[in-house]
Amino acid sequence: MVTFEVEDHDGNRQSIEAPDDMGLSLMEVLKASEYPVLATCGGMALCATCHVEVLEGKDGLGEATDVELDQLEALPEMFDTSRLACQIRISEELEGAVFKLRGEEN
Amino acid sequence: MITTDICIIGAGPVGLFTVFEAGLLKMRCHLIDALPQVGGQLSEIYPQKPIYDIPGYPEVKAQDLVDNLMKQIEPFNPTFSLGERVDHLTKQDDGSYVVTTSDKTKVHAQVIVIAGGLGCFEPRKPVLENLENFEGKGITYMVKDPEQFRGKKVILAGGGDSALDWTIFLSDVAEKVTLVHRNETFRGAPDSAAKVFDLANNGKIDLILSSNLTKISGNGHLQSVTMKNKAKEELVVDTDYLIPLFGLSPKLGPIADWGLNIDKNAIEVDTTDYSTNVERIYAVGDINTYENKLKLILCGFHEAALMCHSAFKYVYPDQKLSFKYTTVNGVNSF
Ligand SMILES: Cc1cc2nc3c(=O)[nH]c(=O)nc-3n(C[C@H](O)[C@H](O)[C@H](O)COP(=O)(O)OP(=O)(O)OC[C@H]3O[C@@H](n4cnc5c(N)ncnc54)[C@H](O)[C@@H]3O)c2cc1C
Ligand code: FES
Repeated sequence: MVTFEVEDHDGNRQSIEAPDDMGLSLMEVLKASEYPVLATCGGMALCATCHVEVLEGKDGLGEATDVELDQLEALPEMFDTSRLACQIRISEELEGAVFKLRGEEN
Repeated sequence: MITTDICIIGAGPVGLFTVFEAGLLKMRCHLIDALPQVGGQLSEIYPQKPIYDIPGYPEVKAQDLVDNLMKQIEPFNPTFSLGERVDHLTKQDDGSYVVTTSDKTKVHAQVIVIAGGLGCFEPRKPVLENLENFEGKGITYMVKDPEQFRGKKVILAGGGDSALDWTIFLSDVAEKVTLVHRNETFRGAPDSAAKVFDLANNGKIDLILSSNLTKISGNGHLQSVTMKNKAKEELVVDTDYLIPLFGLSPKLGPIADWGLNIDKNAIEVDTTDYSTNVERIYAVGDINTYENKLKLILCGFHEAALMCHSAFKYVYPDQKLSFKYTTVNGVNSF
């Protein structure tokens, strides 16, 4: 299990514990935790509605792929810390990370 | 006013197939979609992806499926209002409806079918003060009629394929075209990116890279756009139009206010005929919900068939419908 924090659209932070051995994506965990993530394309890096900012722990995540950057760059707002939640796998590297929801709410 | 038997809101795969099922029963259809093209999610989100669960097609590209659906419904001559969002629904004394779009198009129909999928694909808007004040007064999020920009000064913003494609297209139409992009390179199709750089090198367009939009100004109509580069230097560019192209995102939109029973952004329906709680209004495809609903194209097609058989009674109140296979009569056009 890993523990990381999620900051919602109103700035409230909550600690989330998630299994790191099930191949889940951060988008799936956010949805399962009832965060209002739209995730229109279901995790295919096609819609960018699962946009998050990595406030802490960016180094553990590795570089975004070209496909991911394609989507992020299409958004009106993109930050140096921007990522797609569906492209982040839940692994032990996420321990202590902090994510801020940026994507569209459902 | 356009007059038809069935007004279909949403020209995604399910809306398109509804035309076929309605046509077999001699009911005419008019389709309205907020997007400038038909195909819904398939054309907008994943045109190049293969789909594997359409019966009879071991594999089909999403856009090819849409093209085939268009061919399949050709005999029934459906009419379309594209690039228009349906806003209002007004019930007439005889039970029929008049639908009004964002462009004030009016459609009179005996039956309304909502095939709105995830909702309206709406443009993602830049975060700019006073944005709403200039919408329709210089700011537009969709190029519906390029002639609108002939001889005008136009700024486009974005780095995806549509920003590149429209920059290339409008460079021959507008007096001056400026493209603003946040980064130094483009991730859209390499051919289009190369063409845009060529146009900039030949002085045909102004290319402003590594810059963000920060301010819009004007007196009633847009007059100038301010942008800031990474060194925080400001640049003010005079313009008649700003076209931000940052992609689209679905929102349920005005349908939510029509008195329909809605559960988590989806319309509740009766699974015997996919009717809603309001008489003569049906909902098919991704926009409806019921126990064990699956958001699949296949399921939407099935819903469209049952729904059309139920709608027949409103279009032909004096006739009794008897079920026939298409192989009995063929597909009779009108
Ligand atoms: C990445 C991805 C992959 C998928 N893969 C598959 C697959 O392999 N197999 C499968 O069966 N399904 C798949 N799906 C799901 C499939 O795309 C949907 O089930 C299908 O598109 C639903 O069709 P629809 O016609 O109901 O709605 P949509 O395709 O969503 O079309 C609805 C249309 O209605 C319009 N609209 C909505 N409200 C209004 C309004 N007020 N005014 C005007 N227009 C309006 C919208 O602009 C849109 O064009 C996939 C979806 C995605 C995102
Ligand atoms: S869910 Fe669509 S890009 Fe992540």
